[in-house]
Amino acid sequence: MREGQVRIPSGCAISGIIDRSGTPMSGEAIIQSISRMHDRANGLGGGFAAYGIYPEYKEYYAFHIFYDDPSVKRACEEFLERHFDIINLSKIPTRKVREITDEPLIWRYFLLPLPTRLADSQLSEGEYVIKCVFRINIQIKGAYVFSCGKNMGVFKGVGYPEDIGRFYRLEEYQGYCFTAHGRYPTNTPGWWGGAHPFALLDYSVVHNGEISSYDANRRSIEMYGYTCTLQTDTEVITYLIDYLHRKRGLTLSETASVLAAPFWQEIDRMPEAERARYSYLRNVYAAQLITGPFSILVGFTGGMMALNDRLKLRSMVVGEKGDRVYIASEEAAIRAVEPELDGVWSPEGGQPVIVELYGRET
Amino acid sequence: MMALDLFYPRFDVVRNRERCTLCGACISQCANGVHSRAEDGREMLADPTRCVNCQRCVALCPTRALKIVKSDNAVQENANWSGKAIREIYRQAESGGVLLSSMGNPAPYPVYFDRMLLNASQVTNPSIDPLREPMETRVFLGPKPQAISRDASGQIESRLPPYLSLSMPVMFSAMSYGSINYNAHESLARAAEELGIFYNTGEGGLHENLYRYGNHTIVQVASGRFGVHPDYLNSGAAIEIKMGQGAKPGIGGHLPGAKIVGDISRTRMIPEHSDAISPAPHHDIYSIEDLRQLVYSLKEATGYQKPVIVKIAAVHNVSAIASGIARSGADIIAIDGFRGGTGAAPTRIRDHVGIPVELALASVDSRLREEGIRDHVSLIVGGSIRSSTDVVKAIALGADCVYIATAALLALGCHLCGSCHTGRCNWGIATQVPELVQRLDPDVGARRLVNLLAAWQHEIMEMMGGMGINAIESLRGNRLMLRGIGLNQKELDILGIKHAGE
Repeated sequence: MREGQVRIPSGCAISGIIDRSGTPMSGEAIIQSISRMHDRANGLGGGFAAYGIYPEYKEYYAFHIFYDDPSVKRACEEFLERHFDIINLSKIPTRKVREITDEPLIWRYFLLPLPTRLADSQLSEGEYVIKCVFRINIQIKGAYVFSCGKNMGVFKGVGYPEDIGRFYRLEEYQGYCFTAHGRYPTNTPGWWGGAHPFALLDYSVVHNGEISSYDANRRSIEMYGYTCTLQTDTEVITYLIDYLHRKRGLTLSETASVLAAPFWQEIDRMPEAERARYSYLRNVYAAQLITGPFSILVGFTGGMMALNDRLKLRSMVVGEKGDRVYIASEEAAIRAVEPELDGVWSPEGGQPVIVELYGRET
Repeated sequence: MMALDLFYPRFDVVRNRERCTLCGACISQCANGVHSRAEDGREMLADPTRCVNCQRCVALCPTRALKIVKSDNAVQENANWSGKAIREIYRQAESGGVLLSSMGNPAPYPVYFDRMLLNASQVTNPSIDPLREPMETRVFLGPKPQAISRDASGQIESRLPPYLSLSMPVMFSAMSYGSINYNAHESLARAAEELGIFYNTGEGGLHENLYRYGNHTIVQVASGRFGVHPDYLNSGAAIEIKMGQGAKPGIGGHLPGAKIVGDISRTRMIPEHSDAISPAPHHDIYSIEDLRQLVYSLKEATGYQKPVIVKIAAVHNVSAIASGIARSGADIIAIDGFRGGTGAAPTRIRDHVGIPVELALASVDSRLREEGIRDHVSLIVGGSIRSSTDVVKAIALGADCVYIATAALLALGCHLCGSCHTGRCNWGIATQVPELVQRLDPDVGARRLVNLLAAWQHEIMEMMGGMGINAIESLRGNRLMLRGIGLNQKELDILGIKHAGE
């Protein structure tokens, strides 16, 4: 059974580390951090998103694709050749780990949209890429693009996250930001595509929670051309963020105040101009409000955003040490890699924590 | 020949003679003249042929000496020829006329609201206690343009097309001044204001004393255009174009001249005692492009300050119609299901034309989403919403808001006897007879309406909290919160829900 056939609630652990100076770090720290929350996962899904890991290919879309078998790979590569310049392709390097079995074929492609096809489509480059990804994931059975951003990549699979990290040799990558996810699904899907993070272009989302607004959010976002194939919260949250931030041009903090809107009792007390703005956002983007428990880490080029649901029904802690900011479901996961912190605190429900590289702050 | 027209009355008036004190309250309460005193004054008599079972005498009898029971007279009937069918034949053979009825469709069609069950949270996510946490029921009705614009400083410009803001997703549906009386209208207006919602004038104009409730009034423009003038249009918070009514799709309206008296005549702007005939179609709207012209005429007349609602009856091709309306400049679509009430409708039309609002709503909401235009309009549904659970289920199917009318009348004292068209409403609602009108005290009426919706709001909050939802917008269109029970696959597909257990 796969994601998409049934809706599967999950409990989870999430962790993220960013170095605001942009100094690269290896994937070792994030593995250590997420492994401290071993008991928050149950071995049925783990994964990572890493930013700044492909500096030599940073102009190209890095597609990470799962294939069920070689014939699907051929079909998918034919599709890619028709729509993209394939700059480079290779197997994603892995190592054998006893706990990780039944892995699919895992390939990586660096791509640029074919200029003529892109022009014919009358789409922006991002839209074009997204449309191609949707077509592969929906139409080519057995192929699944799970990462398609620039200078970033998702690494995920079925297993405990620390085992998945070792499987993908994550410690060999150097990046300025990593997020991680350990999954506790209440069901037993064995499909690698269903693990998290979920990513679209440069956005990646790891999420702990089970949102109660799921179907309202899903039906609203599908109206704007997104197709929810996995029936997971993370998928729909990623699309909401892509829609609000990239397509509608809301800032990250405005996006956060749509997803986890302030209560009316707060808005009604705000000064006039602010009240008008927040009322506007709640009115216009009512269908994008998320209710029910969630804590998410959103990775994007140049930064990371953490957000809790407005009642803070899931734990999330922030720690700082020098240039580095750590955000995790539990403080223990931060202390595991940085015992001596400059500060540690719990963001309030609905209050986004936006951490960006120096010089990129909005 | 007379014997052919006589049949045993539907109700028996049962009087407990030990309790009856011969006080005569029943005589003064019954406008239908059921009760009388025997000539010798020592006994009360009843003529059950006049009884409509409105329960007025039962409720007002000080010694509880009265009850009305269904007649157990054994009319020869069978599974094909019901007593009702037989009786209707006799009546038409006598009168040669169209059968008339009042209130909503009473026939035993499936009520889909009663075939859907709600969800609650457990273990994997928590329910939310509305006594401890904010539980938000505020809704906005109107188009939601998704593109933003920013001012020079980069701030979002928070200008929106005209919209309605409501404290909860329930409004009082259209009932005209004339079909119901001034006291009923005042009760609705005052309750709407106190609740932070809206009531609807229906097609009868707006009495000048009620203009002060304009911020909580939706003014209706229907095919007869009764009472429509610039001040009227500008007095309300929104304008509703009534294209159809769930109780009588395809049919106009007829308020008999007997009811067109005094203020009603003045408010409708027609002479006293003239029949008020609303044509079946609007004679300036024979197609969707004509509707667009009326929408914009009304917007021009009101300076583009008011949202325009287009109300349609739920009929077979309702989703195509709604899709056209969503592109007509209308801001809100109201869909009225075939169980919706009426002051008078041809019985055959009421009982056989149109479709259930649950199916109409599900299909319209899905269609507008498929076409990517669900944001262009808000959806209101009515006909018939009976309880807070109907509200929650309608919202979960995709409605932004619901209209209630029969439920509001019940709160005002209506006992659903279905005799509005006779004009002798003993509860003082659907009548213009002064001594009957005064039975409805607007102070009491408004309070009972406020109580009803305050109770519903509490219940809605409890159900939302149980589902782990603390803002009504997260319930809207959230069909995963619904499961069908005893429905076939086609019904489930149309409703867009799974079966219980799935």
